[in-house]
Amino acid sequence: MTNTNENSKTHSARSQEPGSSRLIFSMAIAGFISGIIIISIYILTFDTIKENKARELREAVFKVLPNVSTMQKLHFSEDDSGADNKKLMVVKADGMDDEMMFAGYDQQGKFIGYAIQGKGPGFQDTIHVLFGYLSSRKNITGMEILDSRETPGLGDKIFKDMDFVGEFINLPMVKNIKAVKKGKKSKDNEIDAITGATISSKAVVRIINKAFNKWSPRLPQQGNEPVLAKTVVTKESGER
Amino acid sequence: MATDITAYEEMIKGLWRDNPVFVQVLGMCPMLAVTNSAINAVVMGLATFFVLVGSSFLVSSFKQWIPKQVRISLYIIIIATFVTVVDYSLLAMLPAIHKELGAFIPLIVANCMILGRQEAFASKHNVKYAVMDAVGMSGGFMIALFALGSVREILGVGAFFGVDLFGANFEPWVIMILPPGGFLTLGLLLLFFNWFTERRRQFLDKVAEAERVAVAGVDKNG
Amino acid sequence: MKNKDPRLLLQSAPLLRQELTTPAAMKDVWIALLPASCAALWFFGLSALLILSVSIAGAVLTEWVFTDKEKRRFALSDTSAGLTGLLLGLTLPPGLPLWMAFLGGAVSIGLGKVIWGGLGTNIFNPALLGRAFLLGTFPIAMTTWGAAGGPGEFFQIHSSNLALPFMQGQYDALSAATPLGLMKFEHQSTALGALFMGNTAGSIGETSSLLLLLGGIFLLLRRSIDWRIPAAIFLTAALFSLIMFISNGDVYPSPLFTLFSGGLLLGTFFMATDPVTSPLTPKGCWIFGIGIGFLVVLIRLYGGLPEGMLYAILLMNAATPLIDRYTQPRIFGRKG
Repeated sequence: MTNTNENSKTHSARSQEPGSSRLIFSMAIAGFISGIIIISIYILTFDTIKENKARELREAVFKVLPNVSTMQKLHFSEDDSGADNKKLMVVKADGMDDEMMFAGYDQQGKFIGYAIQGKGPGFQDTIHVLFGYLSSRKNITGMEILDSRETPGLGDKIFKDMDFVGEFINLPMVKNIKAVKKGKKSKDNEIDAITGATISSKAVVRIINKAFNKWSPRLPQQGNEPVLAKTVVTKESGER
Repeated sequence: MATDITAYEEMIKGLWRDNPVFVQVLGMCPMLAVTNSAINAVVMGLATFFVLVGSSFLVSSFKQWIPKQVRISLYIIIIATFVTVVDYSLLAMLPAIHKELGAFIPLIVANCMILGRQEAFASKHNVKYAVMDAVGMSGGFMIALFALGSVREILGVGAFFGVDLFGANFEPWVIMILPPGGFLTLGLLLLFFNWFTERRRQFLDKVAEAERVAVAGVDKNG
Repeated sequence: MKNKDPRLLLQSAPLLRQELTTPAAMKDVWIALLPASCAALWFFGLSALLILSVSIAGAVLTEWVFTDKEKRRFALSDTSAGLTGLLLGLTLPPGLPLWMAFLGGAVSIGLGKVIWGGLGTNIFNPALLGRAFLLGTFPIAMTTWGAAGGPGEFFQIHSSNLALPFMQGQYDALSAATPLGLMKFEHQSTALGALFMGNTAGSIGETSSLLLLLGGIFLLLRRSIDWRIPAAIFLTAALFSLIMFISNGDVYPSPLFTLFSGGLLLGTFFMATDPVTSPLTPKGCWIFGIGIGFLVVLIRLYGGLPEGMLYAILLMNAATPLIDRYTQPRIFGRKG
């Protein structure tokens, strides 16, 4: 082995005991240098990381809402008056929380639809779903899994199996949708579950239902959709 | 100090004879957790390589100034700094892989192989040997990760580095990309490694014995 | 050793011996499994025969490869490897690709027995370990069931059986749901008569309750298995499911359904009672059986899987050393 000289080395080191001030001093120096390095790498990578995250989200929104080229974030909260009535507010904050959704607009700035997010337990861990909703036609326009830890090869088909994802394109959302066994689909609001991943499929459907039931009463009446603010996110440029 | 061992030998021992995974059975947590595909294994291996070589270099360079009473804390500060650098760089450069590796990048800090190398080797040897040792050890770690990741990806997905190998009709062995597959494959690899080492030892013993007999025979005749 | 002159026969102390050797015990189990295997052929035709023979071949071949040359004839002559292969085969669905059955047999013996040191040293029931491996590895193939046919379709082999190694099976449109699957996902009960005779979808050897009971009673009469384990499993499973059935009869199945559906009978008589992996003490057997009976109903009713026998037995196998330790009889005159 390599440690044959261990003993002779430790003996010589034991002879002088350094004072505690020296110990504190060396720890402080190391901590200081380490802090500087960590802060600089944080600053160096901060913009790229932020941009990556924003791009991921943007692409998901543009994917679930067809023909959309601009989007803005809406936050369900009290307005400036501080009154009790909560409503959808246009925000330009970074990050995302559960009370946030997105509105998509076409190139002329005309409102198209909403992208609603929902979270819920899947087979293994929380599934984070984003789906597009056309309030004018009461249609779901597409579904995207933002985050999941479903079983590879089985549960991950909820975003890898294009047949399953495709079922959420132009899906009427009048009443709650329902997952049924593959091939048993008979009604408009039914979804063919994935063979071998029934639990994950049902979880996705349940999350969408839950998120829809939470958000649909909050959506403004048709014609009253939030207008496109000036600083927005477009497909090409990212955040301006 | 180790004058009879060359720096090259310090490096090569980590790759095979003292392989951190197959022989020392260290660093099992990342070994089992992130080896469900070859690319994850390689990225994890590279991250560990960077952290181990960097911290071995620093620990060995500053060993005179590191008081032994607080050495473990200082090693951890050094290792954690490198890990944070790796973590942020991966998050910026390879967000998809960072997402898959998840918590296991920060957990490199807790990889006992790295701290073990600082304590057992880098703090006692000069920079050249320490770096060579770190290269060898993390190389051996990477070989093990890669072996495990390849087996698991080939069987579990039917692909290698994401390239489909067997066509659409392949039946994937789902268990291989799940945690039990990691334990199974690691166990079988350890079994194979021990079997191989044992056979090699027996073979060498036999050769030595034959030589001894031959030499004895020559002596008698002469 | 043969003694030429009977007057010179010299023997030391145990002069009365019981002729219960491993091969003899194995023979009893083979005989007891015969009716169920015949039922498998009757309901699932040539496919069942192929699966059984391939999984036996996989098991025996693995035993042969991993046994020392000198011990090979001895190790194979007790037929335990073949029995493991047969038991595994009986728990497989009829449409399973044959290469998977072979792999399952190999894993049963390789990872279930040989790696622990051979016969009598394994913790888990090898056949069930093989099945657990297959279920984890090929979850879809392992849960695609063919409907039971009659003797008229004897020569029809499922096309999925003949898949090339490492390839998926091409399933002909034969997919049917097992009684347990129907119960779990659709809350439909299956007629008890069909469950009893075995004319339902399911693993090839688990469908016919009647013939499994026959085999089990044979083993009990021969005293090859400890009666406490089946008794404990049946009582606990029946009691637990009765409570659930009374609480909500629309959702939960009746106790008789619980006992006669799925692999409960097969597992109880032929796998839970495996002398290697079940406790040694009478009290331990009761605990072991109660644990299995409770777990199987719990998994069936609340778990993600329709069938829980496999994991119920494996979990209790894992607990066996502990049970043995705590139920060890006190040595006379000492404090516990």
